[in-house]
Amino acid sequence: MAEMKLYEVFIRAKSGLNHRHVGSLHASDAQMALLNARDVYTRRKEGVSIWVIEAEKITASNPEQEHEWFDPAEDKVYRYPTFYPLDKEVENM
Amino acid sequence: MTGQFNNPALHSYLLRLADTSLTMGQRLAEWCGHGPYLEEDVALTNVSLDLIGHANIFYQLAAELHEHPITADDLAFLRDAHEYRNPIITELPKGDFAYTTLKQYFIDVFNVHLYQALSTSSYEPLALAAKKALMEVKYHRKRSEAWVERLSLSTEEAKTRSQKALFDLWFYTPELFETDAAMDELFVQGVIADYTEIKTIWHQQVEAHLQHCQLTLPESGWVATGGLQGEHSEHLGYMLAEMQFLQRAYPGCEW
Repeated sequence: MAEMKLYEVFIRAKSGLNHRHVGSLHASDAQMALLNARDVYTRRKEGVSIWVIEAEKITASNPEQEHEWFDPAEDKVYRYPTFYPLDKEVENM
Repeated sequence: MTGQFNNPALHSYLLRLADTSLTMGQRLAEWCGHGPYLEEDVALTNVSLDLIGHANIFYQLAAELHEHPITADDLAFLRDAHEYRNPIITELPKGDFAYTTLKQYFIDVFNVHLYQALSTSSYEPLALAAKKALMEVKYHRKRSEAWVERLSLSTEEAKTRSQKALFDLWFYTPELFETDAAMDELFVQGVIADYTEIKTIWHQQVEAHLQHCQLTLPESGWVATGGLQGEHSEHLGYMLAEMQFLQRAYPGCEW
């Protein structure tokens, strides 16, 4: 198991939808990760396409910085389209 | 081809297909909870269930051709070792992971070509069953082929074990392609595959892959035979004893 790497698995449930993260698994190489993902995550026809990526190749934001990164968006209501009143003449938008 | 009732040759051939898949599936099931790591444990038992599923279909087809009313379960659980018609290689103990992997690879390549050929059988129920199984065995082959390569080109220990598995298993493979007079007759009728052709393709593809994996074929050894006639190794009896225990002890038991 020492040589095993962690892979993150993404599955497209049906064509037209995005790939979604479903979990992770261990494998020694990308091909093994793909085959294992097929067996572990699509046993019940959960998908039509699989992506796997080495977990360490993903650059992630730091959970410790969650507040300084994301909280400022909280009170900026003008970033939502609903903040702006529309003219009565505009029926559908 | 229609009107297959009371066709003992076809019944018997379907049993060969079914017994081969069932014994293979049962051996793989022994890995449940013992796989080298979690993901592979799931994968091995997935393949096991696929194979048992194929066996179930072939037993059902065989049961339909039986002269007496009989079920797929009767055929799987109430026949003794000498009535089983699988080649000996599928009943061999599971061994280590390299051994299981190589054995699986040999059978997977064989199955791909066998079901490909059977999918054009003149006996339509068999052609349909083969088409369904073909999709799954193609995936099995992809898996085991990759594993043979991964093991034999990795650490010294994995390479040594793979090479040993090849020495131990190689002379069990000729039996896969054996036919008897009844099968030859079915072939003439367009019902079953051309085993000579499958043998040629199998050898081309398997030997090329083994060479790529830097594994050496043994030059000579004892060549297994007999499964088709119901002459098996000692291992089958033990396997059936375990597999059939419940049905034998509690006849008709369901759950």
